[in-house]
Amino acid sequence: MTDDIKITGSNQRMDRAQAVPAIIGNHRDFLIVAGLAGTAQDLYAIEADADNCFLLGGAMGASVSMGLGLAIARPDKQILVACGDGELLMNVGALATVMGAGVTNMSILCVDNERYGETGNQLTHTSMGTDLALTAKGLGIRNVMTVTAPDQIEAASKELRRSDGPTFVYLKVSDAKPPKQTSRNFNAADRRIAFRRAQLGHL
Amino acid sequence: MSDQSVWGAELYDTLVEGGVSIFAYVPDGGHKVMIEKSLEDDRVRSIPLTTEEEGVALTAGADLGGKKAVLLMQSSGTGNCINMLSLQANGGFPFLAIITMRGTYGEQNPWQVPMGKAVKPCLEAIGVHVIEVEREDELKDATVAAMGMAFRSDCAVALLLTQKFIGAKAF
Repeated sequence: MTDDIKITGSNQRMDRAQAVPAIIGNHRDFLIVAGLAGTAQDLYAIEADADNCFLLGGAMGASVSMGLGLAIARPDKQILVACGDGELLMNVGALATVMGAGVTNMSILCVDNERYGETGNQLTHTSMGTDLALTAKGLGIRNVMTVTAPDQIEAASKELRRSDGPTFVYLKVSDAKPPKQTSRNFNAADRRIAFRRAQLGHL
Repeated sequence: MSDQSVWGAELYDTLVEGGVSIFAYVPDGGHKVMIEKSLEDDRVRSIPLTTEEEGVALTAGADLGGKKAVLLMQSSGTGNCINMLSLQANGGFPFLAIITMRGTYGEQNPWQVPMGKAVKPCLEAIGVHVIEVEREDELKDATVAAMGMAFRSDCAVALLLTQKFIGAKAF
């Protein structure tokens, strides 16, 4: 699968449309929270309305904290948060909270395109020198890996499945657009109920 | 002025008896007893936040995992929470914040006053039900009422511990 990863964009990096599904692998290995915009679209393209995924459409900065609440509530599951660099920058202190909570069943995949893709591809701070892997390490996240080339994808996919987390995988991608959406479901109440019914067996 | 070691313990016990097992908190003098009790209690998880809005998202994530969580915070953090409360407004996630008030009755620090004045209208504007506790003998019933609305009716609820009840910090 990693052979299929295209190098695209003005900065000639891996294309998220192939790199994100390759690094996640079987998404059913996780309960997933995805931040708004790009990463929500990446996850929706893997499986529309999957009942193990909660995709944010707003509440920017929520994904890591929401994933943490889920990780505390479900110690029997591996929790994956997928978020963009802009989404993480909006509430980066949440990584310190993850550290302080002492959860081991949580991984964060930060898909860094160095852009605010949803609002016109304005540059984010990661294009100017901010390194969110160093940030994660500095805030106390135990396992941190930066991924810049297709030959690292397989190892990164294993990192996301570590049971001695928290784990932070920093995937540097091109500024190419995420997969095209047809008609994504933005009804959060519907998605909450679907997630709970599937994962808890009740409303 | 009320005795926090008494009402804080009563409030804590009421929450735990009502099924709350996750406490997310931003440090606050008014929540000192509850925070200490939650950190010492093996039955619950107690999580220090760096900003209140993390707690809004964390409690929603706990709901996805089938657990009841509350947010302990001071009124000054209310403004930090507003956009994040879109989660509860759109998703029907239960939400219960226990908010100790500053900036109102008897406040002596002017920096607390603007947010204190804005707490109730801001929360109500984003869809949060506000329950104000003015006397210690109201606390238990108000807490049970707030839990019922949050965890049975999937409402967003803020229980405000007013300065008439908890007193104003002396400077």
